[in-house]
Amino acid sequence: MANARQPIATLQYSGMKIAVVAIITLVGFLFAVPNVLDEETRARLPSWMTPMQLGLDLQGGSYLLLEVDLEAVAAEQLTNLEETVRGALREERLGYRNLRSTDEEVFVTIPDEEEISAARSAIRLAAVDMEIDTLENNRLRITIPDQVRTEQASAAVTQSLEIVRRRIDEFGTSEPSIQRQGTDRIIVELPGVGDPERIKDLIGQTAKLNFHMIEAGAAVTDARDLPPGTMLVPDSETPGMTHVVRRRVEVSGERLTDAQPSFGQNGNPIVSFRFDTVGGRMFGQTTQNNVGQQLAIVLDNEVISAPVINSPIIGGSGMIEGQFTIEGVQDLALLLRAGALPAPLNILEERTVGPSLGADSILAGEFASVLGVILVGIFMPIAYFSFGVFAVIALAANIGLLIGVLSFVGATLTLPGIAGIVLTLGMAVDANVLIYERMRDEFNSGRTLMNSLGSGFQAAFTTIIDSNITGLIAGGLLFFLGSGPVQGFAVTLTLGILTSMFSAIMITRLLVWLWFTRLKPQTLPI
Amino acid sequence: MALQPLGRMVSRNFKFDFISVRAIPFALSAILVVASLVSLAVQGLNFGIDFAGGALVEVRSDHDVDLADLRGRLNGLGLGDVSITTFGDTGRDVMIRVQEQEGGDAAQNVALKLVQGELGEGFELRRTEVVGPKVGAELIIDGALAVALALIGIMIYVWLRFEWQFAMGAVLSLTHDVITTIGIFSIFQIEFNLNTVAAVLTIAGFSINDTVVVYDRVREMMRKYKKLTLPNLLNFALNSVLMRTITTTFTTALAVVALIVFGGEVLRGFSVAMLWGMIVGTYSTIYVALPVLVYFDLRRDDMVGTVSNDGQRQVPEYERGPAE
Repeated sequence: MANARQPIATLQYSGMKIAVVAIITLVGFLFAVPNVLDEETRARLPSWMTPMQLGLDLQGGSYLLLEVDLEAVAAEQLTNLEETVRGALREERLGYRNLRSTDEEVFVTIPDEEEISAARSAIRLAAVDMEIDTLENNRLRITIPDQVRTEQASAAVTQSLEIVRRRIDEFGTSEPSIQRQGTDRIIVELPGVGDPERIKDLIGQTAKLNFHMIEAGAAVTDARDLPPGTMLVPDSETPGMTHVVRRRVEVSGERLTDAQPSFGQNGNPIVSFRFDTVGGRMFGQTTQNNVGQQLAIVLDNEVISAPVINSPIIGGSGMIEGQFTIEGVQDLALLLRAGALPAPLNILEERTVGPSLGADSILAGEFASVLGVILVGIFMPIAYFSFGVFAVIALAANIGLLIGVLSFVGATLTLPGIAGIVLTLGMAVDANVLIYERMRDEFNSGRTLMNSLGSGFQAAFTTIIDSNITGLIAGGLLFFLGSGPVQGFAVTLTLGILTSMFSAIMITRLLVWLWFTRLKPQTLPI
Repeated sequence: MALQPLGRMVSRNFKFDFISVRAIPFALSAILVVASLVSLAVQGLNFGIDFAGGALVEVRSDHDVDLADLRGRLNGLGLGDVSITTFGDTGRDVMIRVQEQEGGDAAQNVALKLVQGELGEGFELRRTEVVGPKVGAELIIDGALAVALALIGIMIYVWLRFEWQFAMGAVLSLTHDVITTIGIFSIFQIEFNLNTVAAVLTIAGFSINDTVVVYDRVREMMRKYKKLTLPNLLNFALNSVLMRTITTTFTTALAVVALIVFGGEVLRGFSVAMLWGMIVGTYSTIYVALPVLVYFDLRRDDMVGTVSNDGQRQVPEYERGPAE
């Protein structure tokens, strides 16, 4: 330790150095100020002075982790591919049989060997980017390449994110945050939402709307007796009731431009809607050709309304009447406006904190912190007299700095984050104690006072660095591997270690230097 | 005797022989570790819903709660074992835990709705948490990974800064702390959740901090006092940082106790784990991290110079009392 020979240099503070330490501390406090002001005063501050953001566990709110059902996306891709192949072969009037899809591929047999190459090119034309292999027995295998598969999955997630955002925006909660996480997940954070049931319902629906015709006069309840080209669709209101609906989609919900809740002639809640030009024309044609017949409005494979067409509807707008509540039509209109999800969303995780619990947590955290400071503030002077007071001043500066840094970097304060601050308070004096104990050792071994003060800082320095770096390793890991509130804890703990190193080393040293130069003491008080 | 600072009194008047009595704490540690491992193997951990999945509902009632009635009604929902506890001063805060339901992620939500429906009016929803099986499993892996990586990272750092014997000692004592802390959660079946993992990592950080401080001293003294035997030297190093250990542990404990008492229900498990971890961490520095150096054959040749075998304890300069 060669530099231990120049202990004086380490203690000495030039005016410049004092100014730097003072300015850093003051700037820290300046950034911390907005946290103790009320809303009104805060509004008048410049925009860079912002308080710490409160996590959902402190301000109350709801956290939802959603997963896009990529298996459903893949299954739909395959069904679509199967339909594309069927359409292509039919159009070219090529004979085929055994058209079916497995989990990953579509198979079809072309009985006439002559037609295989024609079939291949027809399929290639209709299903671009797909891989087609000829197998034995005139079978063709059509595979979706991995790249296309991932692209489509990724697009489905992006689109889901957009739809979720639109739905939540339409619902009107304040400052929602909707982010993508990993490949197939979406994090939704809703500050201030104490009971997310309705939002969960909104997010949980795919909201695929289609208009079909009902097969007239077919009172079938068994799927095996269905007339060709029809399907059984359950009724949304009456359990067990089903409708025989033609498979053909007359108009799809994608053609909607607007949907609003409103009231029908009897004052019952309805949803009125408007199509775009193409949709309006299609709807007009359908209603013109089917006067007197029943239309089926199908939402997520349930018939929500089955009105009889009394007259052609040509204006491009219409309404959905059914057994709805006012809340029901509001949500339905919202879902129709925001559009359908490409795939169902699963809710993997939900954490909701009511506003009253959040407020209680803040109070509890504040109280524990203040109490912690007071207790440490009592103990340190008992253990180290005036130097204990220096440590407490450094501790106070540390709190101001920590809160200032947290505000400056825009960190989110969580309840475990408050625990991190409290812990930092307890541990912050560690560096002080290391330094003081060193000073006493040096002084007792016969060095001059000034020498002891300087080498106390010097000798304790490596120890402080070593012991804090290991703490930073733990904090860093917590940050990168933790989630949500635990991350908040990691942030305050890590930043707390850094600010406490500054305050214990720089500020304490400054105080000791001032004490030494102003009071000209002869002996060490500790 | 005039009024003296506590720090001076302690460092002047207390000298303990920590190392020669090491057999007793070694035995104690061994018992604790074995008990922890056995408990972990036999009854495992009482995983909270973070890891086990399921639903948790915390409500505040506006009337006195008939716990038996509530228990009857909620257990009648067919959701398996529903745990209901009250806490707080008024006894009107109720915590309801529903175990993980069969049927994947959606089923947990259905359970939550059932519970909320059954509670009916008069209950303010304070907190709800629903964790599906998929996330629960991931959180367990992440948590274990974080602890393992922390141990490895710290070991590498100590190894770089000190000799390998120190790194081994540090990891041994950290492993001891981690196992016994998790063991306590298993033995007393205290709920083990995400916050507990954070606590375990913080404990690791705190414990290693303590250990490194003493190691630093040991290394320094090995260079300075070449004639001291290793046990004596370790003792000496321990005593010279004793006041620091006491102060840091005490001030941190003050803060943690404030958290336990006033920090609220959500943080209680975390704070209790912290307090236990601090005690174990301090203990393990003295009785695990240091004594094992004797067995790892730490020699002065690893540092500087040679060992003197006379076994004579040389009184170092700053044990002779203040130069008055």
